[in-house]
Amino acid sequence: MANSKKRVPMNHVIGFVLSLVMTLVAAWAAIGSDLPVTWIIIGIMILALLQAGVQLFMFMHVTEAESGNGHVPWNMMFHGFALAGIIVAGSLFTMSFGFDHDHGGGGGDHQQHEEQEQQDHSGH
Amino acid sequence: MHITDILVTGEPIIYGAMVSMALVGIALFFLLTYFKKWGWLWREWLTTVDHKKIGVMYILSALLMLFRGGVDAMMMRVQLAFPDLGFLNSQHYNEIFTTHGTIMIIFMAMPFLIGLMNIIVPLQIGARDFAFPYLNALSFWSFFFGMALFNISFVIGGSPDAGWTSYTPLSGAAMSPGPGQNFYLMGLQLSGIGTLATGINLMVTILKMRAPGMKLFHMPIFTWSTLVTCFIIVFAFPILTVALALLTIDRIFGSQFFTLTGEGLPMMWANLFWMWGHPEVYIVILPAFGIFSEVIATFAKKRLFGYNVMVWSMIVIALLSFLVWVHHFFTMGAGAFVNSVFSISTMLIAVPTGVKIFNWLATLYKSKIEFTVPMLWSLAFIPSFILGGVTGVMLGMAAADYQFHNSYFLIAHFHYVLIAGTVFACFAGLVFWYPKMFGHKMNERLGKWAFWLFFFGFHVCFFPQYFLGLDGMPRRLFITNVVEWLPLNVISTVGAFGMGLGFIVFVYNVYYSFRYSERETTGDSWNGNGRTLEWATTTPVPYYNFATVPYVDEIDPYVRMKEEGKTTFEESKVKPIHMPSYTGQPFIMMAFLGLASFGLVFEWMYVAVFGLLGGVVMMIRRSFDYDDGYYVPVEEIKRTEKKARGL
Repeated sequence: MANSKKRVPMNHVIGFVLSLVMTLVAAWAAIGSDLPVTWIIIGIMILALLQAGVQLFMFMHVTEAESGNGHVPWNMMFHGFALAGIIVAGSLFTMSFGFDHDHGGGGGDHQQHEEQEQQDHSGH
Repeated sequence: MHITDILVTGEPIIYGAMVSMALVGIALFFLLTYFKKWGWLWREWLTTVDHKKIGVMYILSALLMLFRGGVDAMMMRVQLAFPDLGFLNSQHYNEIFTTHGTIMIIFMAMPFLIGLMNIIVPLQIGARDFAFPYLNALSFWSFFFGMALFNISFVIGGSPDAGWTSYTPLSGAAMSPGPGQNFYLMGLQLSGIGTLATGINLMVTILKMRAPGMKLFHMPIFTWSTLVTCFIIVFAFPILTVALALLTIDRIFGSQFFTLTGEGLPMMWANLFWMWGHPEVYIVILPAFGIFSEVIATFAKKRLFGYNVMVWSMIVIALLSFLVWVHHFFTMGAGAFVNSVFSISTMLIAVPTGVKIFNWLATLYKSKIEFTVPMLWSLAFIPSFILGGVTGVMLGMAAADYQFHNSYFLIAHFHYVLIAGTVFACFAGLVFWYPKMFGHKMNERLGKWAFWLFFFGFHVCFFPQYFLGLDGMPRRLFITNVVEWLPLNVISTVGAFGMGLGFIVFVYNVYYSFRYSERETTGDSWNGNGRTLEWATTTPVPYYNFATVPYVDEIDPYVRMKEEGKTTFEESKVKPIHMPSYTGQPFIMMAFLGLASFGLVFEWMYVAVFGLLGGVVMMIRRSFDYDDGYYVPVEEIKRTEKKARGL
């Protein structure tokens, strides 16, 4: 191992505890709290972003220096974001069934997004 | 709870299966005890981290699953050819087509290819093992316990019966109560961990552990196909993991992700499933393309035509594979615009695939072809696969798909691509690299018998199914006594038994070759036609693979090495080799997680929690495991190499 001098990686321990705490808070918000739905969703989204931050900065290699092939973590994150984009935008596009009553003609992803929300409540 | 509550009762076929499983189990136990092989089994196999041995275990499991899935297939064919016989009832038929599909994709095709990758990829790039050998063992055991869990379903608790696609709401708790569907979810989830880990493991191995001088565009084409496949695995499998987890939570803990009650979206399952499912079919076909490329180049005795184009077309296929998933459910009822988008992206895939076909033909053009068994499989692949590909484009036309959807036309199409593509490749690859694994070749004459039986059986079985589909026969139907369908169904069943016969000859050939085949004396087994580094090692391959790793700065480096008389053993350059230690931890960890999955299947929470805790304890143990492996001394390397090379 490269840095076997440091037996207890404090960074990882703190990160692990933080991510567990945030998960529990999110679970409590969804199951145990009496907050209004909008606030639960906003709260969980914020926790998700913080969670991603903890993962990226305390466990992954975002802080790593640039190597011969550019900044590798950023390259990989680009692929990840591209895939997430395909999954989210693609699902919204598909599950909207392409029926857009409110906008004339084929819209972009943002329009599809709005349609999807309306579809969810009225479509089926 | 009494034992008879969870055993499946009342089916003579299943009683027969139980008895035969018990007999095989007792026989194995007796043989291992009688020959005192328990210690050998533990030391040499269950605790191994050697990529070659893990690969062999993958392939053995895959052959076993090919048998199981094949028996399922033949039972279905008997039912369809003689619908009035009452051979299977509808429930049993549903269970059989579900397990057939799931087993063939998840527990046969993938482990077969991953097994070949395990053995061959490190040898092709000049590596001594995987980047993470411990994780590799973990992957295998997670696959193995997932497979075991899925397979016991038909004697304990009842098999899943909602199709291999497991569409909601049918597969939800309301419409499929009981443990059957849970077996599907937990079996796939458990083995999925292994697949994802293997994807990462091989990706790191290929990116970081290549021989000195070997650039990405010097890599053998099979290694390239593996790398591209790994990217697809790493990006696609998390989608399946999430979808399975959501459905598990739906079924076991009563949430409503995929049910209309509670504002869930049943079609979201189909959407997520195929977002994984379409890349999945490329996970099983790209390595097959890699194998065919290697075999064709070797026995055409030429460099692969258009190497760079071959690589780029695989990369393009991989990208497109994430953009076509909706073509699996055009008939969901999405509007014309949605379906058109996916129709066009689907047809685009035919372009890079066509490029590959022409490159194989160009490699064969004006070459001196040697008709060995692996080459026969590869040559048979080209026209057979084209039949599957062309009908795929037909299915890709959204408007026409409303006619073809879920008919036997579709069944014929995907068996044409999956069998002529993946299964032919598995056989070709296994026969091709067999001498590297076991030190002797498979018998050519028996191999040709197996090939011709399987090849004709395959076409007789599936070609009529196109016409059954056009005659309107739907899939997953167990009563088919319609006059126009019967003759074609009977022909198809005859073909299925031909394939079964081919498989039996193949398995007999394994035994026959073990007994009678000549042992290999050189590493370059196919008349000195090897082109890539795996043929530069001795046979049997020493556990450290390469005594000295050659410098590589071209495609097909072994061709020049042979001209210049170089080997992978340059005595003056031998240094101690760092190797990983064997460990039983992966086996034990995954046994615990297998137990946890079994508990979840029956919703016995104490068992599940106990298994999960056991798994966590094993992970903590691993975190404090400072075993850095050992060094093979120079003396031992020299002794091994001199013996193997007859120096």
